[in-house]
Amino acid sequence: MSLNVPQTLEAEIDELITHYPEKRSASVMLLHAIQEHFGYVSKEAIEWIASKLELKPINVYELVTFYPMFRQEPAGKYVVKVCRTLSCALGGSGKLHGHICSKLGLDSRKHGLQTASDGKFSVEFVECLASCGTAPVMMINDDFYEGVSHERADEIMGKCQ
Amino acid sequence: MPEEFRLILKKADEPGYTPDIDCYMSHGGYESLKKALAIQPKEIEDGKTKTPQEQIRDEVMTSGLRGRGGAGFSCGLKWSFVDRRSGKPIYLICNADESEPGTFKDRQIIHKDPHQLVEGMIISAFANDVNLAYIYIRGEFPNGAKLLNKALNEAREKGFLGKNILGSGFDLEIHVHRGAGAYICGEETGLIESLEGKRAYPRIKPPFFPAVLGLYMCPTIVNNVETLCAVRHIIEMGGAEYAKLGTPRNTGTRIVSLSGQVKKPGYYEIEVGKVTLGELIFHENFGGGLREGRSLKAVIPGGSSAKVLKAGEKFNMKRPNKDGEMESVEVDMLDIPYDFDSLMAAGTMSGSSAIIVMDDSVDIVDVLANVSAFYAHESCGQCTPCREGSLWMSKALNRLTSGKGRKEDAEYLTHIATNIQGRTICAFGEASSWPVLSFVKKFKDEFEAKGAAVQPAEGEPNKEGAATAAK
Amino acid sequence: MATETTKAESKPVETVTVKVDGVTVEVPKTTPDWQGNPVPTTILQACKQVGKEIPHYCYHPKLPVSGNCRMCLVEIGMPAMGRDRKPILNEDGTPKIQKGVLPYDPSLPRGAIACATPVAPNMEIHTHSDNTKMMREAVLESLLINHPLDCPICDQAGECKLQEYSMEHGQAKSQFAETKVAKPKQVDLGPRIMLDAERCVLCTRCIRFSRDIVNDDALGIVERGSYNSIATFPGSRFENNYTLNTVDICPVGALTSKDFRFQMRVWFMKEAKSICTSCSTGCNIVVGSRENKVYRYEPRDNDAVNACWMCDEGRLNYKWVNREDRLTDCIIRERDGNQRKVEWPTLIKELSERLAKAEPGSVAIIASARASNEELYLIKLLADHFQAITDCIPRQGESDNFLVQADKNPNSNGARVLGVAFSEMGIQIARIDEGIESGKIKTLLSFGENITRVGIDDAMIGKLDLLVVSDILGSHAADKADFVLPGAAHLEKRGSFVNGKGRVQKFQKAIEAPGNARADWEWLRELVIKITGKQPADNLPGLFNEMSASVSAFNGVQWKDLGDLGVDINI
Ligand SMILES: Cc1cc2nc3c(=O)[nH]c(=O)nc-3n(C[C@H](O)[C@H](O)[C@H](O)COP(=O)(O)O)c2cc1C
Ligand code: SF4
Ligand code: SF4
Ligand code: SF4
Ligand code: FES
Ligand code: FES
Repeated sequence: MSLNVPQTLEAEIDELITHYPEKRSASVMLLHAIQEHFGYVSKEAIEWIASKLELKPINVYELVTFYPMFRQEPAGKYVVKVCRTLSCALGGSGKLHGHICSKLGLDSRKHGLQTASDGKFSVEFVECLASCGTAPVMMINDDFYEGVSHERADEIMGKCQ
Repeated sequence: MPEEFRLILKKADEPGYTPDIDCYMSHGGYESLKKALAIQPKEIEDGKTKTPQEQIRDEVMTSGLRGRGGAGFSCGLKWSFVDRRSGKPIYLICNADESEPGTFKDRQIIHKDPHQLVEGMIISAFANDVNLAYIYIRGEFPNGAKLLNKALNEAREKGFLGKNILGSGFDLEIHVHRGAGAYICGEETGLIESLEGKRAYPRIKPPFFPAVLGLYMCPTIVNNVETLCAVRHIIEMGGAEYAKLGTPRNTGTRIVSLSGQVKKPGYYEIEVGKVTLGELIFHENFGGGLREGRSLKAVIPGGSSAKVLKAGEKFNMKRPNKDGEMESVEVDMLDIPYDFDSLMAAGTMSGSSAIIVMDDSVDIVDVLANVSAFYAHESCGQCTPCREGSLWMSKALNRLTSGKGRKEDAEYLTHIATNIQGRTICAFGEASSWPVLSFVKKFKDEFEAKGAAVQPAEGEPNKEGAATAAK
Repeated sequence: MATETTKAESKPVETVTVKVDGVTVEVPKTTPDWQGNPVPTTILQACKQVGKEIPHYCYHPKLPVSGNCRMCLVEIGMPAMGRDRKPILNEDGTPKIQKGVLPYDPSLPRGAIACATPVAPNMEIHTHSDNTKMMREAVLESLLINHPLDCPICDQAGECKLQEYSMEHGQAKSQFAETKVAKPKQVDLGPRIMLDAERCVLCTRCIRFSRDIVNDDALGIVERGSYNSIATFPGSRFENNYTLNTVDICPVGALTSKDFRFQMRVWFMKEAKSICTSCSTGCNIVVGSRENKVYRYEPRDNDAVNACWMCDEGRLNYKWVNREDRLTDCIIRERDGNQRKVEWPTLIKELSERLAKAEPGSVAIIASARASNEELYLIKLLADHFQAITDCIPRQGESDNFLVQADKNPNSNGARVLGVAFSEMGIQIARIDEGIESGKIKTLLSFGENITRVGIDDAMIGKLDLLVVSDILGSHAADKADFVLPGAAHLEKRGSFVNGKGRVQKFQKAIEAPGNARADWEWLRELVIKITGKQPADNLPGLFNEMSASVSAFNGVQWKDLGDLGVDINI
């Protein structure tokens, strides 16, 4: 099975490759582009990127398993990342993560990305998001939320349609 | 009265200040670049001349600027190590990975004043004959990457980037490269590998010193966002003027990220060494003190990798007395001037200038378990001591926090950590072992109490840590 | 002239003076790196040159340096420098040495990895100091905490560097009190290789070998940190023609050969130095056998030929030696089909009597370019006596950019320099065929080749007065031959070959030949004596020396000159 990459995305990818004297450098940027479009990085996507960059699939697979932001399974429409690291933990991020998980019927002790049964939300307890002064913080997709109380989390997630 | 001194963040928080180029230029933006590009070759003795590039590098050396990324290494000296005779291209990389827990200063610059960074980079690139540069930005800043790309496009349109910049004959292209959630990409050689499209495995030094064998095995400069911004101000005000800011050997300003259990966490730009750690935490111009009824327990002064300071700890430090002679005085941890050398003298570091404050409500073993889980998760796994030791420490700490501790666990943790520091490929080894060594040493009683509290039943398996464990 | 002895007086090497465990030594300033390019001599290389081994896992002399295992950490001292950037001197004028310590904790050593740190003038290296041992033990302890301690069932036992070093350097007991990391076991990496990721110490030797030596980026590391594991891309196989080398270089029992797994404990095996015969490269090998059964080939170091590598095809091409259809009897066959099993003296006697009747010019010899030089030399003596037309049968196949040559005969050049075959091997076969068809050739001697492969069918055989076949395995021609002489495989005898690049290399006997099969040079010699009256030497080295004296290409090289690594000759 091969990957169906739309022309606009491929054009974007081709442009990204021009940023580097060596094609391989574009790997991570291509993985971002592919994950943004398809929602995850499939085996076919890895093969597609490898052939685009004249690499072996293992070269790309090594990256997908190394960089935490890449996922090999589809996720919910909204990916909620709650910061786990010290400043946020001191600010109550453990409880925030627990609250969100129980709201979505997920097990807060599980590692890695979990998707709720409705398929709308995925939750991950991630490392420092570099906004430690406004703990606890979370991201939903590309958007950032600071000083998130449980009520605020409910409200923000309620607006996700 | 201790106060903020805003140089880099002078405009960022002004009402109405926006990240676009018009706003930047209406506030004097890109004037330093024009100034840099207009510098003429200068005659020195023996009929020799100094190129404009050499003159800029001299200014940076004179400024005393030390890297703001973590190690505090002299920027001028770093630039002087660059192999300029290899015939290979020289690359400049801006380290915008901002990955040290507790740090959120580069975020402010990138999101609020991206052109300042772009201008600093163009000047630095010009000074080092760089024609291709990258901004390596952490993957968790997708909007920051968009803002930077927008800023670069604007700069291109105005002729500050591209071919023959402002008619100077100097060509430069800058691209934004996104990371994808790995802390180790902040380490400069890990960053370079990552930028080459590989796992971010730090390189062994020797032989792979970036100044000689960096990106694509070419000479490469890696500087932090804030460092590159400072270059812009050094050109504007002159190296000697810049060096008057801060204190000798610890010149200029630094943006301090303050987080944890203080009333007013946030970022504060200070003259280096002019404000003490205690003032940053307690003064109303900064952290404003602890929450009601709380007392200070511990402070991590330079990002989570730095050795912890215990409330009330005292240090002997050399200070000039009234007659200017150096004498040894006892200094409380709160009275340590916030600069590179003083914190080093106190056995810790200012690192990424991120202060994490803990009051007496915290369980110190829990805190260390949280910190160690981070390092267990982030070790790249390349070299033995760190790959095995980081998770080992985290597992032991999880065991302690889940009631399966042993009396000997304090010793045990020290043993593991001692065997990591200084034996690894990169400084992550120190980053993961220092918290353990310092927490256990300074709060030994609490670790021993935890260990003695509950003894595991015979034959009961140890539980792998749950929510706090890596993976 | 043999090229090995050239450049007797090259210019003096620049040296660096260092102290290894208190002894002052001079080592060359540069030493060849994995590709043979001179690079600053490292601590590890310097110590090796003075006979001190520093334990290591990731370093391998033929692979790029990685520096990841940290096993080679050693304590070092460097000359102390004053503010004037000049060395500070002791009272006796010697440079003052400053031990490497951690800047933030001077009570602890700052070790240097021996595999990647260049030596510097007056450096002091401590390969066995307490600090060095302490650093070593710590690395071992870390490697062992997640290691399954299943040495009793591990194939690598006896060749495992983890086992070896922990006996020498490790602590008796690890303090580990946590659960071990679970990783994939029994992973089928490719057609010939199994991986046990729990045993792997992640030294990346296998990855570097496949990527940097074979140019096949097949292996990688997946996951991160403590969970790092060697893997292929899901669904891809590790199947290039060199995969088994990774089993050799894997310092532990993580990579195992499916062919050799659980076959034999290594310490029971007998080893013999030999040469692979599957192509003209002539990779140097060690043959592992027990009780006359061959269990494996392993490459043997020879920088002039194969470094320390060999291809999988060559490595696994040994099983035929124990095949059922080996020729093990001397047979004399009458034209009516009656045949006698005889002993060698009878066979030699009757054969030489029959051959004595052959007219000069009526004899053809098809020899094998798999035969040794010594055998071909004796064959050539016979050929000269009969003014026989001779040739060998070419064997062509695929070549690659690394070791494998298209010429699948191990001794084509030997056959050429000895005059049995010619530049274009096989060019005479057509003439031989014609000669048989036309009745000009009445006697055909086939040594070690299956002549049906070159079109000599029953009809042609029928035209011959005499067909002599010597071979290792049975064949149709052997079934038809008037005389059958059971030959020995190269593993069963001594001899030498000239490889594709003109290097003469010798091979030793690994096992005994079965039944009546016998080293060919022995019976060839007897035939030569009986037929020509000449008296070739009665031992293999003597035979080699005699050949070398009479064939100019060998230029007088003596058997003993060949050593283990061989000598280049002008081909
Ligand atoms: C584990 C580790 C993480 C690091 N993370 C960062 C980072 O996020 N940002 C940064 O600028 N420097 C980081 N550094 C420091 C860099 O290696 C490098 O010293 C720095 O980017 C140089 O820039 P400077 O001289 O301008 O400070 C890190 C170092 C280590 C060892
Ligand atoms: S110290 Fe840790 S992070 Fe650095 S190279 Fe070694 S394993 Fe990787
Ligand atoms: S499988 Fe063997 S050679 Fe490969 S990394 Fe692991 S220990 Fe090293
Ligand atoms: S390359 Fe040729 S000689 Fe070497 S092992 Fe392979 S077949 Fe044998
Ligand atoms: S600790 Fe949560 S953002 Fe840094
Ligand atoms: S041998 Fe592995 S680090 Fe030197």
